[in-house]
Amino acid sequence: MTVGIVIVSHSPKVAEGTADMVRQMVGTMVPLAWCGGDGQGGLGSEVGAILQAMETAWSVDGVAVLVDLGGAAMQAEMAIELLDEGRRARVQICEAPIVEGAVIAATEASGGSDLAAVRAMAEQLSP
Amino acid sequence: MSGTGSWALIEAAAGSLIAHADELTELDRPIGDGDHGINMKRGAEAVLAKADSLAALPLAELLHQSGMTLVMTVGGASGPLYGTLLLELGKALQGQADPPDRATLAAAFGQAVAAVKARGRSDIGQKTLLDVLVPLHQALAGHQPLATLGPLVLAAAEATTPMLATRGRASFLGERSIGHLDPGARSSALMVVTLLEALHQGPATVTP
Repeated sequence: MTVGIVIVSHSPKVAEGTADMVRQMVGTMVPLAWCGGDGQGGLGSEVGAILQAMETAWSVDGVAVLVDLGGAAMQAEMAIELLDEGRRARVQICEAPIVEGAVIAATEASGGSDLAAVRAMAEQLSP
Repeated sequence: MSGTGSWALIEAAAGSLIAHADELTELDRPIGDGDHGINMKRGAEAVLAKADSLAALPLAELLHQSGMTLVMTVGGASGPLYGTLLLELGKALQGQADPPDRATLAAAFGQAVAAVKARGRSDIGQKTLLDVLVPLHQALAGHQPLATLGPLVLAAAEATTPMLATRGRASFLGERSIGHLDPGARSSALMVVTLLEALHQGPATVTP
């Protein structure tokens, strides 16, 4: 198994489109999930949906989370704190641009790198 | 303040958010994503919908459950920030006298505000809800008369208008964020004023 990738955008279209780009790069070998929107057709982010995505992309090797704007980052942090204690340390938010970060993180994960290496690779993209 | 007394305060704060939802959304439009009132109203309604299971809880547990409800229902940064405030307040008041005395409340509130700072990686002066919460904590801890706290928080919220936003969506606007009242500071002040009125003057009435 490889590190999983979760994509959290305020926009479901951005999240899904980013996931499409990840799939094009790494196929189905990396556990991947995305979420976005307020659950009522509008823009936003929801802790419940993020938790669901973490469950979907769960890997024993951990999960790297890519977020777009500040609210999504805070929502993702909150979701991590709500995970079981055993899982909490195995989920990390990458401070990286969401599209490029997700693609490079997934590519790194597909090579078998651990969570720290996946995150570090994505964060090299940060300004 | 335990049981239904605490619930009456939550009801009052929630009612205030619902009543001011349009105003908060309008404030959020020029410097945010225009959903603050909608988000806070959604959270307030979700808490009120749990009246049957929440109304009789002790204060600490009520704060925890209300905070968790906000976390799960309020989008954007407001859910994590206000959720963290209530969750930490509940945690700090766990095992304390119910109702807490003022010193206990001030200490617990200080702990909760510190958690909000950590969540938002923010502090006073950045045009956020902390510009209301921090002075409120200082006044609570500094034994200022309760009657002065309402005017204090309203003025603290107003004082965000000339500030340059350096955290949150408004910070993208740079200098264009100047001249707008911060919606989070306003919603914080509204809740505090309503809570004070509910505590001391019976039913709450806050005018915009």
